[in-house]
Amino acid sequence: MENILKLTKEDFISDQMVKWCPGCGDHAILTSLEKIMPQLGKKKEDILIISGIGCSSRSPYYINTYGFHGIHGRALPIASGAKIANPNLSVWVTTGDGDCLAIGGNHFIHTIRRNMDIKIVLFNNEIYGLTKGQYSPTTPLGKVTKTSPMGTIEEPFNPGELVIGAGGTFFARSMDMNLKTQEEILLAASQHRGTAVTEILQNCVIFNNGAHAYINDREHRADRLIHLQHGKPMIFGKEMNKGIRLSPNSYQLEVVNIGENDITVDDLLVHDIHQEDRGVHMMLARMKAPDFPVAVGVIRSVIRPIYSDLLIEQIVRAKNSSTITNADELMQSGNTWNVE
Amino acid sequence: MTEKKSKVIELEEVVVKFAGDSGDGMQLAGSLFADNTATVGNDFATFPDYPAEIRAPHNTISGVSGFQIHFGSKLVISSGDIADVLVAMNPASLKANLNNVKYGGTIVVDADTFVGDGITKAGYTNSPLDDGSLKDYHLIAAPITSLTREAQKELGCDNKTADKCRNVFALGIIYYLFNRELESTFKYFETKFAKNQTIVEANKKVLAAGYNYAENVDANKTTFIVDKYPLKKGKYRYITGNSATAWGMIAAAEKAGLELYLGSYPITPATEILIELENRRDLGVKAYQAEDEIAGICSAIGAAFAGALAITTTSGPGLSLKSEAIGLAVMTELPIVIVDVQRGGPSTGLPTKTEQSDLLQALYGRNGEGQVVVIAASSPGNCFNFAFEAAKIALEHMTPVILLTDGYIANGSEVIPVPKLADLPKITPRLAKANDPNYAPYRRDEKTLARQWAIPGTEGLRHRIGGLEKENITGNVSHNPENHQLMATLRDEKVQRVADVIGDQKIIGDQEGDLLIVGWGGTYGALKNSLDSVKKKYPAKKIGLAHFNYINPLPKNTEDVFKKFKKIVVCELNFGQFAKYLKINLPQFKYEQYNKLKGLPFFVSELVDAYSKLLEE
Ligand SMILES: Cc1ncc(C[n+]2csc(CCOP(=O)(O)OP(=O)(O)O)c2C)c(N)n1
Ligand code: SF4
Repeated sequence: MENILKLTKEDFISDQMVKWCPGCGDHAILTSLEKIMPQLGKKKEDILIISGIGCSSRSPYYINTYGFHGIHGRALPIASGAKIANPNLSVWVTTGDGDCLAIGGNHFIHTIRRNMDIKIVLFNNEIYGLTKGQYSPTTPLGKVTKTSPMGTIEEPFNPGELVIGAGGTFFARSMDMNLKTQEEILLAASQHRGTAVTEILQNCVIFNNGAHAYINDREHRADRLIHLQHGKPMIFGKEMNKGIRLSPNSYQLEVVNIGENDITVDDLLVHDIHQEDRGVHMMLARMKAPDFPVAVGVIRSVIRPIYSDLLIEQIVRAKNSSTITNADELMQSGNTWNVE
Repeated sequence: MTEKKSKVIELEEVVVKFAGDSGDGMQLAGSLFADNTATVGNDFATFPDYPAEIRAPHNTISGVSGFQIHFGSKLVISSGDIADVLVAMNPASLKANLNNVKYGGTIVVDADTFVGDGITKAGYTNSPLDDGSLKDYHLIAAPITSLTREAQKELGCDNKTADKCRNVFALGIIYYLFNRELESTFKYFETKFAKNQTIVEANKKVLAAGYNYAENVDANKTTFIVDKYPLKKGKYRYITGNSATAWGMIAAAEKAGLELYLGSYPITPATEILIELENRRDLGVKAYQAEDEIAGICSAIGAAFAGALAITTTSGPGLSLKSEAIGLAVMTELPIVIVDVQRGGPSTGLPTKTEQSDLLQALYGRNGEGQVVVIAASSPGNCFNFAFEAAKIALEHMTPVILLTDGYIANGSEVIPVPKLADLPKITPRLAKANDPNYAPYRRDEKTLARQWAIPGTEGLRHRIGGLEKENITGNVSHNPENHQLMATLRDEKVQRVADVIGDQKIIGDQEGDLLIVGWGGTYGALKNSLDSVKKKYPAKKIGLAHFNYINPLPKNTEDVFKKFKKIVVCELNFGQFAKYLKINLPQFKYEQYNKLKGLPFFVSELVDAYSKLLEE
């Protein structure tokens, strides 16, 4: 354990040249990942980072762990196989919105449904970066891109909704440049046993520059983002005078001003990441500008058995109740006969 | 009961086919007869043949389900083509199978079904039982439905329940015809239905009733005896190709000291391998039903990276979906086995029928130059050996291996000596040693060109690999043109060097001469039988059979084998995919072809006709 504790960020910097565009949000995410790796409580040999294809998916090359750069959209099944084969590994997947939600959408919901113990870091730049600017499943409706010259006519996915809808046990969100929040939630993800999805709103300077500017704009950030914290009332705003409550009339979330209409902090929702019921978490994940602040921080973290534990439990149970302990006994089992 | 005497005929081999509506329990009747055949000591092989629809329309040709068994006092290597005895539970099953019954053969029908619209639905205008069309056969037209009900009357079963035993009545008739004892099947009923004594009783009564009925009506005619097949001393069992494939993998994992991992998605006719392995949690097998074929193989690649013996199983359409990931396995040089149980294609094609038309897909169905090892099993039993072999090659040569079987050998079963782990060859995975200062992801063994396998968790060997082109030795991403050509050549050469370990191609029959029959995969039984038949027909001609199990690479002596014959005929259940491949690799020979694409195995007779033409030209 001592050795593990002595690990530093430097232990995880690989010798490969980082080829992302200068100013790309991916650099900040990489820094956060390198920073939290020493804090996983794992030997560096027991960490495995897997990706699909896309700019974001190049990250395994840049982190000095075991790594696997797969094919477009398929990082999650590759990671699932690795985790099942060796449950001792800390398995991370770095993926983009196209990789994860378009070509890999099916794998995404099924990995979550199984609660496979994998940490998914979803770099969401709302565009296809590597293939140079086509719209993705998270591109806002109506946006003009290379492949939507008249604006998209497709409703985007909200990754948080997908995660929670698929029965996800962990969902968190952060902004690429906000290193402090990012490290905090990546660490929380690392400690979660189960599929932990962290969506990072990432800026692609080349093909979608400023996609998240509205909520990330320095001047207005405090009013357009809410940093949710477990056990704390949902307060935000430059003056910390706004809050989120459950409307007594509609059972939907609403933004209220503290001090107006007799509203006090006690009227606000207190964030409970462990709440089993998906309802409030789903509403929090869905909050979007301009009516609501966008939620960052850990939105949901509940405990459910993980796939590899359940599998091993079954293996142990099967071994205990079977008379067959090796291949020879298997081949001798059932209907056999002797020829004298 | 008056005394009756039957003429007993001794036979060397017999083919019996049970055919009925898909709900008639023909698969069960067939397997019970197979079990009983094992107790008699005949050698045998079976083949179930069923419609794609779970509940196809009643009394129609498309709803006919069949189970064929070929048994004998001699070695049996196929499920046979022409039936000596046909059980037809309704007019449709008679119509569908009559063409494949020997002239003078025995036909058992349920006469109760040859009335009303059952006849017209089968496409008859009159009952074939009355119009003389069956005069060349020995017809046993038993009122099976009514006698089955009668037999259960005192048990108080209603007709619907009682009718479920019609198959057992028919089985009783067959037991009589082949002088079988009923005891072992009684015992089966007792254990199988232990919870419901009425059902045990009903089945016993009906089996005996069928037997007695046959004795009573058939007494002056014929019954058959098939002697024991003199198997060598030892323990035997029978096994289906799919089970044998699963077991071969289990044996390989144990031999290699690795965990077995399967990532798969259900598809006919490969699903039983998944089921078999899901049932082997007791042996620590990690079988994973993925969300689709792509996830299946990708999870296997992940498991292989993490150090398991990783396999994925599928059939044609699934192999198509896996193509991109096979390329990834080629590039990352990880050991995985892809089992393709071929079925009729293209697209969803004929899901329950057999074909050999995925060969070119297996060989070439990838983007880029992506050679993989391709091998093919040729009988239900040797699916075990070739599954084992596929795993051994994958692990020792660090390459994906495609193992081809097909619906015919996967569902069919045959008698095999129980394999023993101690008799199987060693498997030595190329695991890298912790902290090896010389380790580099793409440094290769000089002889095999296999790279080393450094699995996560191994200290000092952290590395990153993936689908982008690798730099020689370091494995770093490289777009250097010279390097790409070098790496492609190395990957190619690595696969070709597998030829060093697979041994020579053997010739069965004459070692040189007039005609070489060439085949591969699941047609072995039919081709071997056709060789024997054509030799009888042309005693003066020299004829051999080269049946291939190793396809890429081909055995090193293939050219020498082909050189020794005046004519070569390649027989395949496709339009000539192996022939095409041979033309590419050994263009100096002329290849005649015999091809069939009906979703059916070869018949010996059609093969012999084809050879005769070539021999008489
Ligand atoms: C099978 C397949 N289809 C398409 C591609 C091309 N492709 C590569 S990355 C990509 C999209 C990447 O977008 P995203 O996942 O959002 O990642 P980003 O580059 O934005 O980080 C596409 C379409 C591919 N490599 N493979
Ligand atoms: S294209 Fe966009 S996402 Fe890709 S590296 Fe450049 S800035 Fe980053």
